[in-house]
Amino acid sequence: MIELRMRRGVHPPEGKLSASSPIQEFPLPRQVIIPFSQHAGKPATPLVKKRQKVKTGEKIGEASGFISAPVHSSVTGTIKALETVLLPNGSSALAAIISVEGEDDWAEPTWPVKELSELTPDDLRKIAKEAGIVGLGGAVFPTSVKISPPKEYPIDSVIVNGAECEPYLTSDHRLMLEHTEEIFQAAQLLKMTVGAKRGYIAIEDNKRDAAEAFEKLAKGMPDWEVVLLKTRYPQGAEKSLIKVILGREVPVGGLPFHVGALVQNVGTLYAIYEAAANGIPLIKRVVTVTGEGVEKPSNFMTRIGTSAKELLTAAGAPLDEAAKIIFGGPMMGMAVKSPDIPVLKSTSGILVLTSAKKRKVFPCLYCGKCVYACPLKITTTRLVKYIQAGMWDQAKAFGLFNCMECGVCSYVCPANIPLVHWIRYGKFMVRMMEAKS
Amino acid sequence: MNLIVSSSPHIHGKDSVPKIMLHVILALLPAAAASIYFFGIRALWVMLVSIVTAEVSEYLFLLLRKKDTSAALDGSAFVTGLLLALTLPPSINLSMVAIGAAVAIIIAKQVFGGFGANVFNPALVGRAFLQAAFPIPMTTWVPNRLLHVDATTVATPLGGFKFSHLLTAHKDLLLGNVSGSLGETSALLLLLGGLYLLVRRYIDWRIPVGILTSVFVFDGILWLFNSRKYPDPVFMLLAGGLMLGAWFMATDPVTSPVSPAGIWIYSIGIGFFVVLIRLFGGMPEGVMYSILIMNSFVPLLDKYLRQRMLGEKK
Repeated sequence: MIELRMRRGVHPPEGKLSASSPIQEFPLPRQVIIPFSQHAGKPATPLVKKRQKVKTGEKIGEASGFISAPVHSSVTGTIKALETVLLPNGSSALAAIISVEGEDDWAEPTWPVKELSELTPDDLRKIAKEAGIVGLGGAVFPTSVKISPPKEYPIDSVIVNGAECEPYLTSDHRLMLEHTEEIFQAAQLLKMTVGAKRGYIAIEDNKRDAAEAFEKLAKGMPDWEVVLLKTRYPQGAEKSLIKVILGREVPVGGLPFHVGALVQNVGTLYAIYEAAANGIPLIKRVVTVTGEGVEKPSNFMTRIGTSAKELLTAAGAPLDEAAKIIFGGPMMGMAVKSPDIPVLKSTSGILVLTSAKKRKVFPCLYCGKCVYACPLKITTTRLVKYIQAGMWDQAKAFGLFNCMECGVCSYVCPANIPLVHWIRYGKFMVRMMEAKS
Repeated sequence: MNLIVSSSPHIHGKDSVPKIMLHVILALLPAAAASIYFFGIRALWVMLVSIVTAEVSEYLFLLLRKKDTSAALDGSAFVTGLLLALTLPPSINLSMVAIGAAVAIIIAKQVFGGFGANVFNPALVGRAFLQAAFPIPMTTWVPNRLLHVDATTVATPLGGFKFSHLLTAHKDLLLGNVSGSLGETSALLLLLGGLYLLVRRYIDWRIPVGILTSVFVFDGILWLFNSRKYPDPVFMLLAGGLMLGAWFMATDPVTSPVSPAGIWIYSIGIGFFVVLIRLFGGMPEGVMYSILIMNSFVPLLDKYLRQRMLGEKK
């Protein structure tokens, strides 16, 4: 085990209230809402009609391009409606509303299920594609694409991402403790698939128990190394992890494969294991339900499409006193208008905040705290001035589209300037103008 | 249920503008208290007049500019008032103090657009104005109470060196047994305050380090060359307004650069001008002008010297 730390970023209060709550299988809901757009890229094309009966694990939407992913029914029941629903990010998308009828009747997987030791790289790519697996760390990028890098960029290192640097969230932590072996087996499959020589398992030191569990498995395997990271946000971001562990810098506008690296979240690896070993597509995930006022901060193995309200009620969340309900963690999560929003593939947690203070905004004092905290070393002070002035070319030159919106700049700003919000606005404006011309 | 929808992040760090200002004031308190000890109750009056005038000017101009007047409570005008007072001779007429504080806030800060928009350090602009308008009172130094000299006025250590070639002992400079402006007397207490801000990360370490090191090195070279003509570098560090300037004036975030490269140029530039003015200029002290000169470069430094982004081509 080696110990490393990221130099930039911040260390907010960890708030891992649910760290000691084992994963509980959440009961089957009466209805699920499954949007056809739960991944980066094009929405899936619906394969089902109203009133059609579907089985658990049945493909109900087909990937509609290279960067896209299929979606599956997470229950056995009948399609009640195909209609537009609200997503956590405030946009809306077509979804299948399925009423649940009894226990699971499993659909046959659309990929061959064989001994893990017999799987070839092509098998694994097919599994990732067919099982609708996407990056569960938050970016929901289709895994099949990620594990098929261009031939001219050989991958030498695979990094298993168990950093879980977002405060409050514990879904990855619990998975690593309770399914260490499954995750490690999937990690080995992944390493085989891309032909990497080295594997790293990266875990922050507020989850030392998980690191020790992996250390037991990786001991005596010279090509695997457990890396214990000093807790720091946003260390789990791909570019941060690659910099900290491999000392390499992913080029601006580039991807990890440009520097021979592949990073995969532990939740995604568990999903790969479930698909490869048990023939189960991505129809459930661990969702942390937490917050200061929540009676029983929990980790639920939840069917995709379950309403957030059901999870919140089960965990004893103070819904009447809630000021904010957040899909994800406090740093990058999305505040939602209503709890009647379904759990998606990207939903790592649901956080309830009972107070949300409005902070007085001061003019920028150029203290540079944002500049020095930024993991990508963006000169935020000036970038945001350019955005505010509508100077888009200069904003682009100062890294407008390089920003990953981790929120560190807004977090540290003593003037309470919503810096990352300005950057989002800048990206939106530039994209809109480029679409017009 | 009335949920708030806002963009992430949903939590915030503990720092705020008023909190930073409060800690700057705390860091200045030892030196401010020492000035009362050295120069008597008169020093307190100078500080009070300066702070009150700064705050009132800030409030009136925010009102005039139809801005949120609660900004007068952010502590920045208080800091400007206190800093200006610490650069003034204890015997200065109180009406002059008020004029200096008003100029600092109105001309150097509000006219530029208020907090965050000023190019020059307001307190130093106030002092520069007084120096030009009232040259005699601004260079008349009453003796420190601890000196027990039988005279109404004395020379400052730097003045003594410049005009009579007298060196003051390092120990006296460190502890404050010298004459001078309110806040520049005890190098030790200023250093303590500065280190406090450094530990709390409210100032960038590169600024004091760059200034003090460059003064030490530039003067050290001259001193090695001719130790009879030039003062020793430790004297240069401890005498005059260098400690106050390096720790509290040059570190003003608004008027200093953001990028590391910019900060090094800025701070070494200040050190260079301090040595140049003190040893070759017509005045005994040059910290104020050195900082003001380098302040004017900050927008340029910020524009052209940004740090290389992660993964950006070198």
